[in-house]
Amino acid sequence: MSTQRQQPETETESTETETAQDRRLEKKRQRAAERERARVEAEERAAADAERYHLKVFRYDPEVEGKQEPRFDDFHVPYEPGMTVLDALIYARDQFDASLTFRHSCRQAICGSDALFVNGRQRLGCQTQLSDLEQPVRIEPLPHSEVVKDLVVDMEHFYDQMESVEPYFQTEDRPDGELEEQRQSRENREKIKKSTRCIWCGACMSSCNIAAGDNEYLGPAAINKAYRFAMDEREGADMKQRRLEIIEQEHGVWRCQTQFSCTEVCPKDIPLTEHIQELKREAVKSNLKFW
Amino acid sequence: MYEYDVIVVGAGGAGLRSAIAAQEAGADVAMVTKLHPVRSHTGAAEGGINAALREGDDWELHAYDTMKGSDYLGDAPAVEALTQESPEEVIQLEHWGMAFSREDDGTVSQRPFGGLSFPRTTYAGAETGHHLLHTLYEQVVKRGIEVFDEWYVLNLAVSDEDDPAERSCHGVVAYETATGNVEAFTARDGVILATGGLGQVYDHTTNAVANTGDGVAMAYRAGVPAEDMEMIQFHPTTLPSTGVLISEGVRGEGGILYNDEGERFMFEHGYANNDGELASRDVVSRAELTEVNEGRGIEDEYVHLDMRHLGEERIVDRLENILHLAEDFEGVDGLEEPMPVKPGQHYAMGGIETDEFGQTCVDGLYAVGECACASVHGSNRLGGNALPELIVFGSRAGRHAAGETEEPQITVGRTEDSEVGDVETPVELGEPWTNDAVADGGAAAATAEAVVERTLERERERVERLLDRDDGTQHAEIRAAVQRTMTENVNVFREEAALKEALVDIRAARERYRDVYVADPSSTYNTDLIQTIETRNLLDIAEMITVGALARDEFRGAHWRKEHQERKDDEWLKHTMVSWSNGSPELWYKPVVLEGEKETYEPKERSY
Repeated sequence: MSTQRQQPETETESTETETAQDRRLEKKRQRAAERERARVEAEERAAADAERYHLKVFRYDPEVEGKQEPRFDDFHVPYEPGMTVLDALIYARDQFDASLTFRHSCRQAICGSDALFVNGRQRLGCQTQLSDLEQPVRIEPLPHSEVVKDLVVDMEHFYDQMESVEPYFQTEDRPDGELEEQRQSRENREKIKKSTRCIWCGACMSSCNIAAGDNEYLGPAAINKAYRFAMDEREGADMKQRRLEIIEQEHGVWRCQTQFSCTEVCPKDIPLTEHIQELKREAVKSNLKFW
Repeated sequence: MYEYDVIVVGAGGAGLRSAIAAQEAGADVAMVTKLHPVRSHTGAAEGGINAALREGDDWELHAYDTMKGSDYLGDAPAVEALTQESPEEVIQLEHWGMAFSREDDGTVSQRPFGGLSFPRTTYAGAETGHHLLHTLYEQVVKRGIEVFDEWYVLNLAVSDEDDPAERSCHGVVAYETATGNVEAFTARDGVILATGGLGQVYDHTTNAVANTGDGVAMAYRAGVPAEDMEMIQFHPTTLPSTGVLISEGVRGEGGILYNDEGERFMFEHGYANNDGELASRDVVSRAELTEVNEGRGIEDEYVHLDMRHLGEERIVDRLENILHLAEDFEGVDGLEEPMPVKPGQHYAMGGIETDEFGQTCVDGLYAVGECACASVHGSNRLGGNALPELIVFGSRAGRHAAGETEEPQITVGRTEDSEVGDVETPVELGEPWTNDAVADGGAAAATAEAVVERTLERERERVERLLDRDDGTQHAEIRAAVQRTMTENVNVFREEAALKEALVDIRAARERYRDVYVADPSSTYNTDLIQTIETRNLLDIAEMITVGALARDEFRGAHWRKEHQERKDDEWLKHTMVSWSNGSPELWYKPVVLEGEKETYEPKERSY
């Protein structure tokens, strides 16, 4: 590439070649620029005496002096309409304290990274409007998990439970050369639809008293994952049998005491408790032994 | 030190598919990914997967639509690979249990999508990417493929011969987020980059916060050319306040766009007299902004997307997720009122230059998915063509890295015959003062081991250096400045003066980055450090996009230039290539390949 540099040109008006449309667009741009200036000024005025949201955020770092003892930090974040808990945390991090640590990625409730304990309830930060919350907004890591730092918890146990239910289609790969799908009825797809929406956020597991007391309990997310496969007609009856055996183990479905806390906190509205109950019924129906 | 046959960087759709393919071909595979696989942004894809599955459709029609959609900047061998192999990859996903939407007879449903001559988009509600991602991850778990999740790859271990085409890649160096350890991963056979998008270079984007173009920036600094970087897709239907995507599926099912005067402007103002709302994405985005710019937007900002007439039953059956998104992120009930939408950055058509097997010019280095440019999408990607790219090229690169030896038709790398580019810039580009460039200067390292060892040392030093400083500029300010100038100056409508202004701003941001420091001293889960390194990558990405946009003085696909309102086929049937050399970008060109297996795709006027 040429390294020759050119001085930034000063804007010159070339009115001859300007069309009416250009003029309109130019006017339009000026109006937009004026509006933008007005907006910025308004924002600055607003920020001065702005409505600020008061956050109390859990802080902990095992190796940083002053953070080894868990504490709560206060942040006062200027409010904008539509602001979510995640937006507020990002603002606090980028403007006040770059070491404030939390997981987040998609901002739209699909990656499942930002399940937090907000004002005493498991919620996704990105899906929770500040305006729906009482102040001060208390933001903590998910309960019943080991805290790594600030709002980040260790997810390994959750992942282990998810993966323990053999969460994958067992049928062998498609036969060579054939380009045909398996058939699945619309009804059956509908039946598993809600269970397939799980985003592995861990909110349900964190809300579950049984999981808190029994570390080996599969927990609602993993059982729901098992449900998704057990109820899928494409895998066939033998596989269903095997899947029912997995969820019937000592720390499986029978531990659930139908308290519905998982169902209440699920950000994807999956009827977790219903799914667990249905698996219990299926297990009974299939005349398996249980404890 | 870890050692595997194949290392896959990134665990979205393309990474997962390539890991499975490489393992099936006998390789010992590990995945290294900065997020846990299920957090990857493939999960946010909504609309669907194009595949010519049914009678009346065939891969040639799909290829024709894709070439036309690309505005003849796609390379035919890659486009034909995509369209020929998408059906079997889709059927494979179905056999792995993916919950596709179904017809009454139990077969997989397909719906119309923009720019397609046949309703060939297979889908799973309006959450196709979520299902694809989870289905592929399930298969990775089933196969016991090792995943190093929350490990951030800092750099590639590439040898440093003068000519990038003589270099080879022997692994990666990564930072373990939880502990702060910096470790080397040696790859005996290949490294596959599958790092996804780069949308964080803009501030209104459908992309995740994690989409910072790390793979493109690392490959670029290792000497691999970046291709067609100026080709950025702005999706016509994103929610104005957050950039959250509203699927093209809404228009595919019959959703209608209205301006403030209640006009169905796609027809009434003649933007696309045949296809209307289902014209190609670039066409619809420009139409919306033109409406807004001419005073017919709503609140001078957006237009309305109305799906109420489809009826609750159909909406809930096929687009339920859209109702949740509109409600949660814009406070709008899509069953009762139209949804506000405006264009937002969505996808990078360009990326790391590869052939149709994902190979780059550096031996042993592959790239697949959004970070790569084969090129399938040319100057405009069709809706429903991103997910098939992940699985088709993921599969191909995985097999190839594991030892398959099919010969490519697309050539990669710069040769003595390559056309040299030239563009006037208002400031000097690049970072002549850094020594980050893997391949700049030094003598060729003798062995693979030495290359990996040296990269490890350099990256450990870099991390130390960043953590040691206790004063300076924080990355968040620099990132915000880059996002602002890109959104202001390198958007849907591009003007020469604005593009030059962006280069001035990027230069200023680079200067500030010299003083960057990491405030968080911790080695435990230090996201401040990771984001600071990401911001370094965004600087290179922003510059590549803008240089390409300035160089290409024509209007093609997503790339609109105010001063150049026509497609110039005589001059511009070629890819814009940018190579990093001694800390500065070099511009050159590579001809587009229009010769397909059976026919040559003659450029035609593109109307919808």
